[in-house]
Amino acid sequence: MTTNKRGFIQSVWDFFCSLKLSISLLIGLAATSIIGTVIPQSPPREYLESISQTKIALYSKLGFFDMYHSWWFILLLYLLTLNLICCSIKRLPRVWKFVSEPTLIFDEGLEKTLSLTHHFKMEGDAASLKDKMAAFLKGEFAEPVITEVNGEYHLFAQRTPYCRLGVYVVHFSIIIIFIGALIGSYFGYKGYAQIEEGTSVSTIENRNGRQTDLGFAVKCEKFSVTFYDTGAPKEFKSILTVLENGQPVPGFISIPIVVNSPLTYKGITFYQSSYGPAGMFQITVRDRKGGAPVKLAVRQGEKTPLPNGGFFQLLETTADVSPFMPQLSGPALRGTYMGPDGTSQQVVLLRNYPNFDLQRGGDLVMTYDGSEEKYYTGLQVAKDPGVWVVWTGCALMVLGIIIAFFLSHKRVWIRTANGRVIFGGTANKNQAAFQLVFDTLTDKLKQM
Amino acid sequence: MTSSLLFNVTTFTYLVSMLIFFTFLATKNKTIGIVASCAAYFGFVAQTVAIVLRWKESYAAGVGHAPLTNLYESVIFFSWTIILIYGIIELKYKYRVVGAFVVPFALLGMAWAQLGLESHIEPLVPALQSNWLLYHVITCFLGYAAFAVACGISIMYLIKESMEGASGDAQAGGIIAQFPSIRVLDDLNYKAIMIGFPLLTLGIITGAAWANYAWGTYWSWDPKETWSLIVWFIYAAFLHARITRGWVGRRAAILSVVGFAATIFCYLGVNLFLSGLHSYGAGR
Repeated sequence: MTTNKRGFIQSVWDFFCSLKLSISLLIGLAATSIIGTVIPQSPPREYLESISQTKIALYSKLGFFDMYHSWWFILLLYLLTLNLICCSIKRLPRVWKFVSEPTLIFDEGLEKTLSLTHHFKMEGDAASLKDKMAAFLKGEFAEPVITEVNGEYHLFAQRTPYCRLGVYVVHFSIIIIFIGALIGSYFGYKGYAQIEEGTSVSTIENRNGRQTDLGFAVKCEKFSVTFYDTGAPKEFKSILTVLENGQPVPGFISIPIVVNSPLTYKGITFYQSSYGPAGMFQITVRDRKGGAPVKLAVRQGEKTPLPNGGFFQLLETTADVSPFMPQLSGPALRGTYMGPDGTSQQVVLLRNYPNFDLQRGGDLVMTYDGSEEKYYTGLQVAKDPGVWVVWTGCALMVLGIIIAFFLSHKRVWIRTANGRVIFGGTANKNQAAFQLVFDTLTDKLKQM
Repeated sequence: MTSSLLFNVTTFTYLVSMLIFFTFLATKNKTIGIVASCAAYFGFVAQTVAIVLRWKESYAAGVGHAPLTNLYESVIFFSWTIILIYGIIELKYKYRVVGAFVVPFALLGMAWAQLGLESHIEPLVPALQSNWLLYHVITCFLGYAAFAVACGISIMYLIKESMEGASGDAQAGGIIAQFPSIRVLDDLNYKAIMIGFPLLTLGIITGAAWANYAWGTYWSWDPKETWSLIVWFIYAAFLHARITRGWVGRRAAILSVVGFAATIFCYLGVNLFLSGLHSYGAGR
């Protein structure tokens, strides 16, 4: 029973230590990650309407609509983490021992395992040759450790032994990055703020749809957008001021922010993200049969009630109608008129042509009187205290990869006996480059 | 002299270089091999000058930015990096014949860019106005190029191995005999990926840093980000496969080819088939 139990624990441990598991997890993560790039994440309604109910049910059950946060994807990430921790626990002590307790004795058994060895005949006894070789290694390679065995001297020298730890630095860095991501998700938030020019906000809507209090207020003084001659946007710029208790904070007054140049205050960063018209558009509505005209202010997208019980919804506006209606000019707007009887009709109003709407032939006649030029700015808002942990992890990863890939642990041994010197060496990586080092050392020894 | 003319010269030179490489394969004549590499290097120099010229032309046009901002420019830069990485591997490890399987990738890129893509110099949209653009694009494409070279080497491996068998006892004759031994090919494949993997890692990290700076999120599982991570996972699997019994050789070569296919999808497929934050990389 106990042996079975130990056998079971042992096999679980072996399972989590195995490289095959690492490879399977990496390939598994690669393969499953594709799903979320093909199926839209938190999909829009149009997409949901375009696929069948069974598909929706299946995808929701499998978490495909928020795949990278689904339990099974997170589980794969945790398994990978567990796997690399176990691998490191299993292998690190062995590697550490290898680095800290190197083989000092250059016996014939070791000599046979080395592909690079050389025998020299030299004048002198074992002890004097030992001193000569020690000076040589110290000058040309690295300070040697000397051991005497039966009248023969064994010299061992090594370069960059710590590069064997590079792999574990990379593994460790992945854990650091995960910790940074967890800190960000527990102690930070991401949100969005829409601020009209001249107004301020002190709460933002975060991604879970909750309102988050900033603890201060941000005012949009002005928003501007410029375009290239080609019509492509050149710059989106918001001028922001931070307010504490309604008072501007020195150093945070009228700060311009553009895409790629955000504003940070108290660990919360505001990023230029979008913009839109915020102004009110004035229209006048009167009955065709007569009666007092009624002035209304409408806003993009909103349904405005009309005196006859119907509604008007503003769809789009332009400062110049001529690209759409070549013979006409000036500001225009387009909307939908919804009559009290449930019918709806498209309405185009031109500011320079107040009688244009008469042609529509409805009971109500509308005119477009003008608008105030005003924008709102859309800002991404983020607080992420884990981000520096993530960057530390990234830096460690790059460092670890460079150590693991481009440095090699080079070891050389020399055995001196009376009139004889035996030289051997090896590197754990890039043997071809090490051979050049070894050959140079051999040539120098020959000339001694 | 305009950059466009020089890009045409480059394309033609890569075509000539590829044909000479094929002749080299067939004749095993060393001189022809040297001519083939020299042609590739000449094309590389012409391309370098052309890229610098285009950079200058963008300033003359009043938009002033590094030529790395749309599909045309990125395809050209990709083919430049492929020849660069090939050059490094050839000069360092002296296996010229690899060019026969790598130069075609560069030629394909140049031909597509010159014949099929819109080459207008466009002004930078706000999202791209950042120095991160340079660091991010250069690291990513150098990484991609190393994977392209590794893929070419892996194809050679798979051809050679299927002719000779895994042990390499039976020497195949003809063109295949020109190839380095499968052990060398396996090693070269590994070396190319050792160049590519750190660069891809840097590319992903600079991308994350830029995203954090521009949008406030270093990772948002956007399709481009996700695909770059998929590529990273595949090559990470490759690196672990190297030290696992039974995964060296054939399986490693297959992983390298699959990795490059994923790389190409990450680069082109995501823009063409999926929507996301990298939409400015798409063609018109």
